[in-house]
Amino acid sequence: MGKLISMEGNQAAAEAMRQINPDVVAAYPITPQTEVVQTFAQFVADGRVDTEFITVESEHSAMSACVGAAAAGTRVMTATSANGMALMWEILYIAASTRLPIVMALVNRALSANINIHCDHSDSMGARDAGWIQLYCENSQEVYDTLIQAVRIAEHPQVRLPVMVCYDGFIISHAVECLKLLEDKEVQEFVGEFKPVNSLLDIAHPHTFGPLDLYDFYFEHKRQQIEAYGPAKQVIVEIGKQFSALSGREYGLFEGYRLQDARLAIVLLGSAAGTAKEAVDRLRADGLPIGLLKLRAFRPFPSEELIQLLGGFEAVAVLDRAVSFGATAGPLFTEISSALFRADRRPLLVNYIYGLGGRDIDIEDIQKVGEELERTAERGKTEQLVDYVSVRE
Amino acid sequence: MSKMIEVRWHGRGGQGAKTAAYLLAESAMQEGKYIQAFPEYGPERMGAPMMAFTRISDTPIRIHCHVKTPQVVAVLDPTLLETVDILDGVPKDGTVVVNTGESPDSLRRSLSISGRRLFTVPATQIALETIGKPIPNTPMIGAMIKASGLLNIEAVITNTRKSFEKKFSGLVVEKNIQAIRRAYEEVKSE
Repeated sequence: MGKLISMEGNQAAAEAMRQINPDVVAAYPITPQTEVVQTFAQFVADGRVDTEFITVESEHSAMSACVGAAAAGTRVMTATSANGMALMWEILYIAASTRLPIVMALVNRALSANINIHCDHSDSMGARDAGWIQLYCENSQEVYDTLIQAVRIAEHPQVRLPVMVCYDGFIISHAVECLKLLEDKEVQEFVGEFKPVNSLLDIAHPHTFGPLDLYDFYFEHKRQQIEAYGPAKQVIVEIGKQFSALSGREYGLFEGYRLQDARLAIVLLGSAAGTAKEAVDRLRADGLPIGLLKLRAFRPFPSEELIQLLGGFEAVAVLDRAVSFGATAGPLFTEISSALFRADRRPLLVNYIYGLGGRDIDIEDIQKVGEELERTAERGKTEQLVDYVSVRE
Repeated sequence: MSKMIEVRWHGRGGQGAKTAAYLLAESAMQEGKYIQAFPEYGPERMGAPMMAFTRISDTPIRIHCHVKTPQVVAVLDPTLLETVDILDGVPKDGTVVVNTGESPDSLRRSLSISGRRLFTVPATQIALETIGKPIPNTPMIGAMIKASGLLNIEAVITNTRKSFEKKFSGLVVEKNIQAIRRAYEEVKSE
């Protein structure tokens, strides 16, 4: 360990999958996820993994095969993007409700129409209520590290939920960056041996999966499913700590950047966080008391932690790379404002929609958000709740 | 951040601009630098104008936005000069390297270029004479590192050999290295 290598984000994802060596991968290629599946299929063909690779005719079948394989008692992984995940829709819910610890790389891409292959978060945000844990990555290193952690989080006895590891299409998936890899043995030891729970193939102890469940018990089952997300937060933190001990790289529910003495904050997800750190440094140099909160876990949503962290701030700008049509504001904003409503001292909140369909957001764009946020704090009120970054009006 | 260099590669689909951007980045990484490299993805078609980018820095690169003000530009195809604004965002002290048989002086006059350090190299001709194919990407790397002083040529050659050995025969690898060396020697300044 320790040597920097260069890789595209998708190669880093495939490399993590190779080292995890899952029992089953069922996947269908779609831009910008294609290289994950293509590279992993090559590992299978070359005999570098023991994985049963199931080629399927659609994403609906890919997730269905994942559900079947996971229920049978195997470690299962897959990957998709945008319209591909939309086609999985029905089965996403079944995977989560059946408490199957499937790990999926989701290479974030805009949903059609019009057809666009570039990044936004409309695919994962649309699936936020499906019951999957959602972790967002800033760069290739985080993609690699998070996929490895995701296996442990998903399979944790107190969690047993599928995990979606989200990273930005093209911006991360198709960019070469420097990262450090772990040794195969280190990854194997970290993920450990898969221990099936309630396996369908355990014929000495027969189980039923997904039976008819009407108004007599369905509600109780949903009530139990809700409870699974409480421990999930602690488990994400705990596995993050264990991974830090192994790799030296810190992981938790979120990452705060220069927040300690800040009165203003920007909140966002994904690859724009690095650009935002640079913007925060420049704004700080100009004397603005601003910091960044990069959220890693969107599901489970760390409400209590964010109340602790952001309650008392003067103003917070939430940047959404997705829209919820007809809603008050973007999905991340709605979540943050709903949490902060319970803060003793509520910050002023503003929402920016940015980067739809891969539209670039640069350092200056985020600097402007910070400068406008200061004016909002000075005015003591939010004048425009939702604004848009770099869009022609 | 202050020590980060951004490079923009202009080419046509099939000329190897993406490979050049990646090779430069990997060579820089072998020299202890932090890097990013990525192409501009649109409808990918053989012969269509495209761009690729390399970032090289002494410190880890955090930003994930487009390259808008590259200090170095490499143009793999002279026909792009008529259709693409290769100087877009390039600072007055930026470096521009063009694959052409023309001299830098004559190119400056014909394109009315003000400022910038201009270099030319007949990369396609060098490629034909060394590799035997009109693929100008490897000679352009040689010309570009000479013009910009970004990297040591031996570092680039070592890394190109390592990278190409995985994909090509020994003969093809050596021809590409010969192309890099020739372009490094033959690139013309004003």
